[in-house]
Amino acid sequence: MARYVVDVMPKREILDPQGKAVLGALPRLGFDRVLDVRQGKRFELEVDGEPTDQTLADVRKMAETLLSNPVIEDYSVSVVELETQGSDQ
Amino acid sequence: MRVGVVTFPGSLDDEDARRAVRIVGHEAVALWHGDHDLQGVDAVILPGGFSYGDYLRCGAISRFAPVMTEVVAAAQQGLPVLGICNGFQILCESHLLPGALIRNDHRKFVCRDQRLRIENNRTPWTSSFDEGAEVTIVLKNGEGGYVADADTLDRLEGEGRVLARYLDVNPNGSLHDIAGITNERGNVVGLMPHPEHAVEALTGAGTDGLGFFTSLVGATA
Repeated sequence: MARYVVDVMPKREILDPQGKAVLGALPRLGFDRVLDVRQGKRFELEVDGEPTDQTLADVRKMAETLLSNPVIEDYSVSVVELETQGSDQ
Repeated sequence: MRVGVVTFPGSLDDEDARRAVRIVGHEAVALWHGDHDLQGVDAVILPGGFSYGDYLRCGAISRFAPVMTEVVAAAQQGLPVLGICNGFQILCESHLLPGALIRNDHRKFVCRDQRLRIENNRTPWTSSFDEGAEVTIVLKNGEGGYVADADTLDRLEGEGRVLARYLDVNPNGSLHDIAGITNERGNVVGLMPHPEHAVEALTGAGTDGLGFFTSLVGATA
């Protein structure tokens, strides 16, 4: 099994009202040096089988068609190798 | 005419849309998101609401509902399709219309009687209006900010595909004050305000919404 991580972020030129809301709240907590906040999404997909180029291509297809909207968002895909078994305790 | 109104899980305004359709003398046909069947209707309305809970992105999951396969295919053949609010979002996610709708720039849900100018009366959904008609139709949305890249906006403006524009105030940060657009062929229309809530004097600001449903009379599917 492999875990794929898809990060989706609003494009730079697209307004991000959620990020702006977070940016507005941070100074109230005393964090007054934050210049900008952008809020995105992270998907973790656990996929059956060893990581292959084909699976990676499939995950990219998922990211393009469903997980992100290319009109307003960019995405990136990475693979996390999972240990085959848990700890030996 | 027989006008289909799709109900998705989380649709809110499907019954109001069917009511509006009946008020102007059409037959309203209830369509179900899970069916690969348009029941031979002459036009389709994708109603407002929060289909699939607005999870992921508004309209993103609805786009892949079984009925949408038929809606997309029929729209490409010229069937009149009107997406209202969440329906507009679904049409954008389906790539039947360009651009996208994002959270209102002021981050608050907006609910108001909104003045609009009808700028394109050459669609099956707007032919009852005079070009440039100024109407008042209720608007209610949290994610109604229309965005598209500069080339797309230029094309929409150049080809007269901005269907309706906000007057007085821009209620949600939409680029170019865009309240509604149409596709190249003119049969698919997306509109953020809710004409189905503006069809009876008793409820709402007036009956300016009727025109969207009476327009269908002259339309050929």
